[in-house]
Amino acid sequence: MTFQKLTDLRQLKLMANTIRQDTLRSLLEAKSGHSAGPLGLADFFSAMYFNILNHEPKNPKWEFRDRFVLSCGHVCPVQYTAMANAGYFPKEELMTLRKLGTRLHGHPHNGSLPGIENSSGPLGQGTSQAVGKALAARMEGKKHYIYCLTSDGEHNEGQPWEAWMFAAKYKLSNLIAFIDRNYIQIDGNTENIMPLDPLDEKYRAFNINTISVDGNDISAILNAVDSAKKSGKFSMIILNTIPGKGVSFMEKKYEWHGKPPNDAEYDLAIKELLSERQRIENETF
Amino acid sequence: MAVKILENIYEKVDKVPTRDGLGKGLLELGATHPEVVVLCCDLTESTRVQWFAEKYPDRYFEVGVAEQNMAGIAAGMASEGKVPFIASYAVFSPGRNWDQIRVSLCYSENDVKIIGAHAGVSVGPDGATHQALEDIAIMRCLPNMTVLSPCDWIEAKKSTFHAIDNKLPVYFRLTRDKVPVITTEDTPFKIGRAEVFRDGSDVTLVASGQLVYEALIAANELKKEGISARVINNHTIKPIDKTTLINAAKETGAIVTAEEHQVMGGLGSAVAEVLSEHYPVPIKYVAVMDRFGESGTPDELMVKFGLKSKNIMEKAREVLKMKR
Repeated sequence: MTFQKLTDLRQLKLMANTIRQDTLRSLLEAKSGHSAGPLGLADFFSAMYFNILNHEPKNPKWEFRDRFVLSCGHVCPVQYTAMANAGYFPKEELMTLRKLGTRLHGHPHNGSLPGIENSSGPLGQGTSQAVGKALAARMEGKKHYIYCLTSDGEHNEGQPWEAWMFAAKYKLSNLIAFIDRNYIQIDGNTENIMPLDPLDEKYRAFNINTISVDGNDISAILNAVDSAKKSGKFSMIILNTIPGKGVSFMEKKYEWHGKPPNDAEYDLAIKELLSERQRIENETF
Repeated sequence: MAVKILENIYEKVDKVPTRDGLGKGLLELGATHPEVVVLCCDLTESTRVQWFAEKYPDRYFEVGVAEQNMAGIAAGMASEGKVPFIASYAVFSPGRNWDQIRVSLCYSENDVKIIGAHAGVSVGPDGATHQALEDIAIMRCLPNMTVLSPCDWIEAKKSTFHAIDNKLPVYFRLTRDKVPVITTEDTPFKIGRAEVFRDGSDVTLVASGQLVYEALIAANELKKEGISARVINNHTIKPIDKTTLINAAKETGAIVTAEEHQVMGGLGSAVAEVLSEHYPVPIKYVAVMDRFGESGTPDELMVKFGLKSKNIMEKAREVLKMKR
């Protein structure tokens, strides 16, 4: 059964809103986990799982699927939520996040949940694995794409830079990487912890096709992916996102990097997201 | 009963580095296994993967000096059906990429083979930084990992073919220096099975790598003192052959282990873990005693660090005094 992609921008925005609500619900239930990153990435995950990826959620090992490699494993609640909404597993299972016996571990494990391509958590490791998948696919003459999501804090590690140098050297045009540029990490603002700016210029200096977009604008993300594919080069798409996006008291606050909402905060957040949903439904395109 | 090994090794032996055996094995695997690919971190010649690279350039990838990246790329390729062999010096891989080996390989069950060349003080003049003495300890504690320390180049070559059938990560510990050839193509080899290389009833010498040869020489000399020493080639440090070790403990009542590795966490520890639980007998260890290596010729260092047959003989005499 072929997966029906969402092509209508309103539907994709509504899906991002659903992903935000479901993610917060699973975090509330888990009583631990990361809030800000996942909320900031809900638009990206809606675009990725409901439009960009060629995949079959009911047949997660489908040979010709595109591969989505999550490197910054700690944002997995938003990936789980996107996967559940796409039909990989029942949405009720989201309530098992981080609990004993779950397939939805605190950081993803490829052996536990079909559809998870790689285990991640220790930062940087997904980047090299994505490169390896792209190299293997090219050796076999396969036409699918490999997408890899990394975070900006993750770039404190050396491994992403090693991986992208290799991708540029071997001209892996079937690999498209993304950076969640939200300027926060656990201890504070990324530019205070370990400055990364100007990130786009650094990537261009690596001879990598670099595209910088508003990471909370779904149509901009879709256009960037089209442009990356047309470039015929390994491409890096910098997603400028707002951490905590959609929940006013979480937005741009690094304090929300690694904690879940309590009951009162959850109720307040859902109220805001429901009014945003109303606005999307009435929006004219 | 001891298996058949090369004859006349007590009089004369040829010497070949074990890295050559793996390089040759890989070359043969290239022909029979199209899924085999090789990645290397700027050490193509000295790890002997150059032979594969020259014959199969489309299946060889130069990663540059980046061992963490190499392990990760290999994991990604393995997840898509390739069987990557990654090559560097053991101090760098697995020395510098342990977390990638832990998560991207072992936890993720990606079938990647790790070639750790230049293990032990017998690396020689390069000195302590380049002499891996902790690699077995950090590899054998990982779930899903198999750890092999072949005794000579022929065994190293055989281990390449056997490792390909094991669908999980394997670590090969190899030497830079030439080591005595003591087995033949017909000497039995199976991953997870230790072989008795010499029969004996008073004490058992359990060795791995080039210390197997030293143990055989020690046993031959001890015979002249009226001591009957069994020699076990314990090439697979994980999963360890409990049966052969427990039988040796029951039948000889005393053990000496011998390895070119730190005393903590290596073969000796693995043997002690098995015997202390199942059949406790006195054990003495020939190993590097919690210190770093240094520069020198391989032989000078093997002598200085107490890794020769005479050291094994001393420990055998000592352990016999403890035997009840």
